[in-house]
Amino acid sequence: MSKARTHVIGRSGWRRTLGAGVVSGVYFFPVYYILMTAFKTRPDALAMPIKFFFTPTLDNFYSVFMRADIQGGGATDSGFSHYFFNSMFIGGTSVSLALIIGTAAAYGFSRFPLRGNETYLFIILTTRMLPPIIAIIPIFVLFRVFGLSGTYTGIIALYTAFNLPFSIWMAKSFFDDLDRDIEDAARMDGSSEWSVFLKICLPQVYGGLAATFVFAVILTWNEFLFALMLTGTETRTVPVAIARTIGGQVGVDWGLMSAIETLFIIPVVIVTFLLQNQLLRGVTFGTIRK
Amino acid sequence: MTPIATSDPIIDRASATRTRGATGFLGWMLSPERRGPLLIAPALITLFVVNIFPLMWSFGLSFFEYKANRLAAPVFKGLDNYTSVLADPDIWERFQHTATIVVGSVALQLVVGFLLALLFASDFPLRRYLLMLVLAPMMLSLSAVGVFFKLFYDPTLGFISRFISLFTTETYVILSTPTRATVAIVVADAWMWSPFVMLLVLAGLVSVPKYLYEAAEIDRAGWWRRFRTITFPYIRSLLLLALLFRTIETFKIFDVVYILTEGGPGSSTETVSVYVYRLAFQFFRTSLASALGYIMLFAVIVLTSLYLYAIQTRRAEPVNE
Repeated sequence: MSKARTHVIGRSGWRRTLGAGVVSGVYFFPVYYILMTAFKTRPDALAMPIKFFFTPTLDNFYSVFMRADIQGGGATDSGFSHYFFNSMFIGGTSVSLALIIGTAAAYGFSRFPLRGNETYLFIILTTRMLPPIIAIIPIFVLFRVFGLSGTYTGIIALYTAFNLPFSIWMAKSFFDDLDRDIEDAARMDGSSEWSVFLKICLPQVYGGLAATFVFAVILTWNEFLFALMLTGTETRTVPVAIARTIGGQVGVDWGLMSAIETLFIIPVVIVTFLLQNQLLRGVTFGTIRK
Repeated sequence: MTPIATSDPIIDRASATRTRGATGFLGWMLSPERRGPLLIAPALITLFVVNIFPLMWSFGLSFFEYKANRLAAPVFKGLDNYTSVLADPDIWERFQHTATIVVGSVALQLVVGFLLALLFASDFPLRRYLLMLVLAPMMLSLSAVGVFFKLFYDPTLGFISRFISLFTTETYVILSTPTRATVAIVVADAWMWSPFVMLLVLAGLVSVPKYLYEAAEIDRAGWWRRFRTITFPYIRSLLLLALLFRTIETFKIFDVVYILTEGGPGSSTETVSVYVYRLAFQFFRTSLASALGYIMLFAVIVLTSLYLYAIQTRRAEPVNE
């Protein structure tokens, strides 16, 4: 299975590397521009033509967390450290819950198909494919009624459900890929269903489940609309805080903005690299494996 | 693959009781034929409570007159919301904006993604690292991409608008006219999602068995013939899947538009999702917004079924075993 990714059409030399390097450079330039702006002083950021060589500064990163007071020389906490904590905490908790519930369901769908198995799976996928704007209207109203808006419980419950279809389809795709003969042999030898699941199937998909976990955390980390409507001051996540920072001012401080974005996207870019082999499966919710 | 479980429930239940020694309710719960339902139940319950129940509630609501910011009880209106949605020219305009963005963006994604895939189809030094640079945009937050391009399109600071200014005489304000704003959204969205198409096409390209190319080499088949008869059959189904998947996703476009143009100038780039958002949370016409939402949902369900159908067709194709 791991052979598939080294299986490419022929080999090319460094000339192809050069060509692909130029194209990738151009393609990645928007991201690079943001990273660069984050390390620039205000005059450098505004300079035209674009300054590619400059003395880097960490001032923008300092002002992400500490905002200078308008009067006097002091600085107050901007709250961003708390928003970053929220994004991590809410993402980690909801994805863990979704993955536990989802793996069980995926194993069920994969090994003990019900009557109407496909229909259940279709409905589950549909809850993920439906426009989030439709889901948010009733959830917004019901969260108000039950006092859940602005609470950790509310947003974690919502994100658990949001990540569940993804977890189920991903985990199911990994279980479907396994060789059933090993399990059947274990059953023949008298293993209980429970130990077939725990000792044979699960260890084989640990890698896949880890990839699913990281993938779902990114999806949650990036999510904007639900967070915008359902988080309050206490539970605000980074994307919402960014939108508020950009919306509230007449002139946006792009150095500061780029610094926030840099902190926000760096983990995602690193993880993308680590997940490269599972990316196809991840972005198609496990529907396409190769 | 035939399931090993026996089809006779009586024998099953009896054997379960015998091996586990559990009786009563617990024994009934844990019997082999209930393994599937038992594993799936927590997931279905969670989805029902958090997702499906609210949807049913709002589906019901779409037949009433209701404003979320008023205390007045909902009043039953039958299909009034649906008829007024379908009769409202404003809504058709939003559907047109969305369709323009979908067609423009998905077409651009297919072209750019396909070309990128051809570039990365063969192995070369540092391929893995360069591939990462191209794939990164896809994993970014939609809201982050909106913010990025807001900066790039800024008339005085943005490098894209200043680059265009080099060719025009005055400052180029990208988001100022409907056409430019639409193109601006399409470019941002296509930049983000072309890597998705690339990834799918790449999967097709690498699945072509090498011996076919070797045979073509011997037959002295030309480049075009090789592409049409060998390569294309392997990527055809994946291109279709990419088209469907991206159409579904782009149809829902919200974050990028909301952050980049807020639907402006005027309402010229307002998509259906943004319009539903405004109806529901700015004008508080909750039930009308729900009705429009269900029309959207219907479209998504149709497209999702097509997508899954295409997946199954692809699995059944001989080239994919």
